[in-house]
Amino acid sequence: MCGIAGLIYRDGARKIGGEMTAMLQALRHRGPDSTGFAMYGAPGPNEYVMRYKVAEKEDLDGGTRIHRAIKERKAAVGAVLEELGVNVLELDEPTEYALRSRIAFDGDLKRLADQVEEVEGGEILSIGNALELIKDLGDATAVSEVYGLGTFEGTHGIGHTRMATESDVDIRSAHPYWAYPYNDIAVVHNGQITNYWLMRRQLEREGQRFVSHCDSELLAVYTAVNLEKGMTLEESLRRSIDEIDGVFTYLITTGNELGMAKDTMAAKPMVLYEADDMVALASEEVAIRAILPHEIETSDPYDEEVRVWQA
Amino acid sequence: MAGMSESTSTQMGMHTEPLTGRDIKTKFRLENEGGFAYHFARDVDFNRRAEIDCAELEPTEINRQIRDLMDSGHGSIVIRNPGAKHSLVVGILNRMNIIVEGSLGYFGCGLLDGPTVRISGRVGWSFGENMMAGVCVVEENAGSTFGAALRGGDLVCKGSVGSRTGIDQKGGTILIGGDTGAFSGFMMQRGRIVVCGNAGKNLGDSMYDGTIYVGGDIRDLGVDAVQAELTDLDRAWLTRKLNMYELLPTQGVGHFTKIVAGKQLWSYDNLEPTEKKLVL
Repeated sequence: MCGIAGLIYRDGARKIGGEMTAMLQALRHRGPDSTGFAMYGAPGPNEYVMRYKVAEKEDLDGGTRIHRAIKERKAAVGAVLEELGVNVLELDEPTEYALRSRIAFDGDLKRLADQVEEVEGGEILSIGNALELIKDLGDATAVSEVYGLGTFEGTHGIGHTRMATESDVDIRSAHPYWAYPYNDIAVVHNGQITNYWLMRRQLEREGQRFVSHCDSELLAVYTAVNLEKGMTLEESLRRSIDEIDGVFTYLITTGNELGMAKDTMAAKPMVLYEADDMVALASEEVAIRAILPHEIETSDPYDEEVRVWQA
Repeated sequence: MAGMSESTSTQMGMHTEPLTGRDIKTKFRLENEGGFAYHFARDVDFNRRAEIDCAELEPTEINRQIRDLMDSGHGSIVIRNPGAKHSLVVGILNRMNIIVEGSLGYFGCGLLDGPTVRISGRVGWSFGENMMAGVCVVEENAGSTFGAALRGGDLVCKGSVGSRTGIDQKGGTILIGGDTGAFSGFMMQRGRIVVCGNAGKNLGDSMYDGTIYVGGDIRDLGVDAVQAELTDLDRAWLTRKLNMYELLPTQGVGHFTKIVAGKQLWSYDNLEPTEKKLVL
């Protein structure tokens, strides 16, 4: 089933970490397997935040050898960063297997991502000037607490509660997806894409890489390629309704935008609240009520509806 | 229905097919309209009013409290702070008044038979599903599958509704003050849908029977849905029904488009499916 939610403030940063946590926790019943956040903080000049992992959470159950292996993998990533001339300004380790680095780097992001992922167990969750992508097993409250998201300040964000259906229960298959290797693009999706393999093979032939077998990752890569070709986010969203088959509602974010698209059957839910200073969307109104408990006027976007809001 | 003769209702197309289900004929005979009650229905006093504050309650507990209040004879219940919670005010088989101050989530007011419910906010997906009788009025917008498999009663949304409104509708009336989304009236079998605003694509797709009236634009019709002539009886019925819920447009109802089933899709003949495709 899965639940998705999005939030954007039009008049500056707010404590969106706590609000996204509340929204996603209200959607827990739609998917308790994993929870993910893609949130946009204050962009630093010539700086990136890189979120990555060197193991899956379930790997920790594999005995004592994995702890040694994780240390070795972290050291290997450190060596890669040094070799590429990356200046690590800050390094946080909210868990043993997932890390956050604030880095200064003026080289090729794709090369950086590829080389980090050459380390065994290495997977980039996101690289962005403003984007921070956090995902792990468990509900929103649990993930938010482990990663300290309650105080996160930013302008916009999207999130996902996952009920695994066609791929594994692990961090790799959890949403949101970063649009490798493009800066600051992330996506969450509720639905099923029926021409996933066809489109994935086409994009792979064009040189794009996929890390999971989850159909939602396609939307991230697809959008990133379109934006790279010069399309606006709205143009890409509109095109996706014609080119992508299946039932879907998805949210996508860039450094300063939040977009939404709904398929031609309008088979997946979305409730929208728009005010002068903010926009909130979620699979169910109960998620919006988690941050706006007073009476508000909401609506359901229709089939083939595309919307884009600016931060 | 009160005050109308059976012949009038038959003329208006409300009884085009014989009703053969369990005791439906008995329950809805015009002369018995005021006398029907389930054997386990509570004897409630409409002047006895109670309130439930839902802010800290789970849906199961809220629905249990409604039943407890009905058991104790309360005929009017006010639901405060519903917070868009799911599956509230369901399975009520009694005549009574329920006032919801706020919004409901998914599957609100499902499986009703008899109550009058007024909701000041909006409702989520599948509101009023399978309602047998009664009246539900939503003051704001509604989600998709509004009135799915509705069997009887009036289901009213004064705002706009999502997609697949009245899907599989088997009776009753759905009234929409604003717009409705795609696939409204999909596979409907009986009853009426009235949309004062615009209708999305594939309106009335694969409908077996029933009638859809649209006051605004129709993006396109679904398979086997066809336009029919708006008769004087249609106009009289629309005027009366919309007036009841303060939805009557200032210009009247003369501009409404009437949509019915073409009856070429369903097995109205003995053609094999392949032959039927050729015909269609």
